[in-house]
Amino acid sequence: MGADKYILRVEDIHKAYGDREVLKGVSFNVRKGETKVFIGPSGTGKSTLLRCINQLTLPDQGRVFLNDEEVTNSGTRINYFRQKIGMVFQNFYLFDHLTAVRNVEVALLKVKKMDAAAAREKALEELRRVGMEDWADHYPAELSGGQAQRVSIARALAMDPDVILFDEPTSALDPELTREVLEVMKNLARQGMTMLVVTHEMGFALSVANEVLFMEHGKVVERGTPAQLLNDPAFTRTKNFIGKFRDYNEE
Amino acid sequence: MDIIIILLDWIPYLFLGLLQTLGLVLASLAVGLIFGLPMALGQIYGNRLIKSVISVYVWFFRGLPVIVLLFLFFFGIFPSLNMSSVPPFVVAVVVLGLRGAAYQSQIFRGAIQSISEGQMTAARSLGMTRFQAIRHVILPQALRIALPGWSNEYPTVLTDTAICYAIGVQELLTRATYMVAQTYITMPIYLAIAGVYILLNYAGMKALNMLEKKTSIPGFGQGAL
Ligand SMILES: Nc1ncnc2c1ncn2[C@@H]1O[C@H](COP(=O)(O)OP(=O)(O)O)[C@@H](O)[C@H]1O
Ligand SMILES: [Mg+2]
Repeated sequence: MGADKYILRVEDIHKAYGDREVLKGVSFNVRKGETKVFIGPSGTGKSTLLRCINQLTLPDQGRVFLNDEEVTNSGTRINYFRQKIGMVFQNFYLFDHLTAVRNVEVALLKVKKMDAAAAREKALEELRRVGMEDWADHYPAELSGGQAQRVSIARALAMDPDVILFDEPTSALDPELTREVLEVMKNLARQGMTMLVVTHEMGFALSVANEVLFMEHGKVVERGTPAQLLNDPAFTRTKNFIGKFRDYNEE
Repeated sequence: MDIIIILLDWIPYLFLGLLQTLGLVLASLAVGLIFGLPMALGQIYGNRLIKSVISVYVWFFRGLPVIVLLFLFFFGIFPSLNMSSVPPFVVAVVVLGLRGAAYQSQIFRGAIQSISEGQMTAARSLGMTRFQAIRHVILPQALRIALPGWSNEYPTVLTDTAICYAIGVQELLTRATYMVAQTYITMPIYLAIAGVYILLNYAGMKALNMLEKKTSIPGFGQGAL
């Protein structure tokens, strides 16, 4: 069981804003093809944790390794690691001045320096993968939230990342649109994409996750397989949280 | 009818003035753009020193009347640099251009700051450097948002060019005034050049409106500023 089996290693991440400790030492390892789902109340540091992995936020302490190469303290090489660590945001953050296909290809052209024809072909292929090829020439303002999120997933996929970070990808969407995005994500999981997903979608968590990590106050307080969390009496806090969440959703 | 014949004789002379005025406007806007855009970027992305130097610059050039700047540069700064022989036209371009840069930088700054943080975040998350993100994501959006405000610089600079009369730039007003002195025809001449300014204004705004339409993107930037 060497460490080299892990595609991503996150070791003891700490982050404070002023004297407010947002992350108090979070560690976990991810194998290729795994989906890990992070749940927990808001303000617990889930977004901060994802952003520390690709260094959009610099952790105060702790290290991140991708394929045994250190991502933390990597200087300008971070721009290489970020190509390998895709990210999908709650509010999509599509580039508003570019059509769907150009959103997907812009980093292929400017970061990967692919030639125009190859980049276009790759971009259209990724749009097809998320069912958005018919919308290639539409601008973000012309897309529904679900469509925009699928384009943003295609944009992340186009870089051929080793892992994709999803930060509440459906929280800005109503239930109908949530379903189409979750469908795309389930397919990715099935195709063997390695994913870290912060979400409040318990159905998704329980059906897709290899492991669910329950975070509270900057720490992972309980973690286990979906079956463990549901059936093992030890996982009281997670169950309590999920229960509350279900009640809340049904109101 | 004599008046018309006399005026017709002067048309080539006035036309050269028109060219000088247009040249002043275009060169000043260009200088303003070339300096104003980097200044806006410096004010947003630069370190504290860069930010404060630019703030002082903006404060200085926006705080003085154009004519004071013209005299300061024409009679003061250029001669003291042993550059008295620099033609007034060049001095005028420098002054209007540097002053325009101060105004333009604030237009661009507002536009860049109106772009949501998420655009930069998304660009960086794909592995773009900060420079690439600014170049390929932030500026294409910011320039579109800035365009309507930037367009207002055109009539401002156009009307400012007439003040360059004061340092003897051979632009429209200078030539018109010389014509008046030579011909004793006053009202028709000033009316004529007023008409020329109005036409220049109209043509410029039309061109800029067309540029706005050509570069517009569905659903983008409406009411952003
Ligand atoms: N840039 C920041 N500056 C200051 N505080 C921040 C910043 N980003 C996040 N925080 C704070 O850190 C805490 C955790 O935030 P976040 O990671 O977004 O939590 P979650 O995603 O679990 O809701 C929150 O209290 C939030 O206010
Ligand atoms: Mg969050």
